[in-house]
Amino acid sequence: MFDFLDKYDVLGAFWTTVQLTLLSAVGSLIWGTLLAAMRVGPVPLMRGFGTAYVNIVRNIPLTVIILFASLGLHDTLSITMGSDQVETANFRLAVLGLIVYTSAFVCEAIRAGINTVPVGQAEAARALGLNFTQVLFLVVLPQAFRAAVLPLANVLIALTKNTTVAAAIGVAEAALLMKKMVENEAQLLPISAVIAFGFCCLTLPTGLILGWVSKKVAVKR
Amino acid sequence: MTEVSVAKQDVAATDELVVLKSVNKHFGALHVLQDIDLTIARGEVVVVIGPSGSGKSTLCRTINRLETIDSGTISIDGKPLPHEGRALARLRADVGMVFQSFNLFAHKTVLENVMLGQIKVRKADKKQAEEKARALLDRVGVGTQADKYPAQLSGGQQQRVAIARALAMGPKVMLFDEPTSALDPEMINEVLEVMQQLAREGMTMIVVTHEMGFARSAANRVVFMADGRIVEEAAPDQFFSNPRSDRAKDFLSKILHH
Ligand SMILES: Nc1ncnc2c1ncn2[C@@H]1O[C@H](COP(=O)(O)OP(=O)(O)OP(=O)(O)O)[C@@H](O)[C@H]1O
Ligand SMILES: [Mg+2]
Repeated sequence: MFDFLDKYDVLGAFWTTVQLTLLSAVGSLIWGTLLAAMRVGPVPLMRGFGTAYVNIVRNIPLTVIILFASLGLHDTLSITMGSDQVETANFRLAVLGLIVYTSAFVCEAIRAGINTVPVGQAEAARALGLNFTQVLFLVVLPQAFRAAVLPLANVLIALTKNTTVAAAIGVAEAALLMKKMVENEAQLLPISAVIAFGFCCLTLPTGLILGWVSKKVAVKR
Repeated sequence: MTEVSVAKQDVAATDELVVLKSVNKHFGALHVLQDIDLTIARGEVVVVIGPSGSGKSTLCRTINRLETIDSGTISIDGKPLPHEGRALARLRADVGMVFQSFNLFAHKTVLENVMLGQIKVRKADKKQAEEKARALLDRVGVGTQADKYPAQLSGGQQQRVAIARALAMGPKVMLFDEPTSALDPEMINEVLEVMQQLAREGMTMIVVTHEMGFARSAANRVVFMADGRIVEEAAPDQFFSNPRSDRAKDFLSKILHH
């Protein structure tokens, strides 16, 4: 029943999914944190930018962002992301699109985390003479991240599933392989089951591990 | 000749440390600080007392600019309060603040709480900062708790750590905003004793508190506030036994009956 598996590189496709997920996760964690810093900061221009970014980006379908990266950046503007190979360029463009999109959700998860930190913490830090960046990165964000582990886990799980959108621009990850397999084999159900199982293998542990981490690092007040 | 000038400088230096002149502040329509004039000499201990909502906390917080003011001037050690940036941060490091709710950094150990400002603001090296932190923790009687997290300590212990954290910056003046009112009664004294010792050692202190025992034994002066104004200033004994204003009489009769 599952002999079609021999003909396809399922593991290879999921490895691409994992790479898409990890690279985008790291990128959106960094960019999302910076966006959150802008949104709580004292500079009106940055606050405005952060707010506008989040509200615009999270209301655009991911497919549109990824297609824009490919058709707009790559084909029209000839932005090749440092690679002449179409596959590599598409992979990088997909990561870029995923970062642009996911960072809006990371930003909001972190901002929710920041809201759990009592104002007295920042006040005590300011009273010691720490400047805004120090207050944020030494006192507020470390506590905000601990409170944001669960929301961030949800963002990561959503990101893992969202990587399938990269199939739209031909990145050879799990969903594209599934499409190919379904077209070639008359075994829709087993194929779907294999792909679904693969995603569960990625997302279930993510949820469990980060759930445990969340309890472990929670700040006691 | 030189002796005279040295003595003179000494006088100037021991003179006025914190000076507020016609300070006004509003919260929207509420005029929380109304023409506040207050001068605190170096080494002086001033207790601020008054009914809830009279502006005591706000007064404290304007002195290290956690709250901005609308008009008037505040200067510390002869220098007007900077508005923002590095100069403000430097000034804040010179003004220690102890909060009613302790506000110890919840994700850092007691030791790290006392080291953070030394390292990041005073640029002390780690080893020196740790030595100083341990010495201060011993001094306030919580040396054995250095490696615990704030949530593992009693309120009284947390507040003493908060005092050590402020002292670690080597402040010129310490502000205390109701440091004992969040504490269970049996822990109040351990904190007051630390404050009393500080006062004896000559620290300049502005203390918002209703602890009359502390005011009588440690304060040089009591400042009574009501409705955003300083209504009365007097030596503690005189203020408590013989208040001049009706507002103060009324207020004292209420807290004495409790
Ligand atoms: N951030 C704020 N925004 C608006 N109003 C405020 C703010 N902080 C304080 N107030 C108001 O200003 C007044 C003075 O407050 P403040 O905290 O200085 O009083 P207090 O004398 O310290 O009182 P308490 O004894 O209850 O601590 C109060 O009426 C309070 O409600
Ligand atoms: Mg108050």
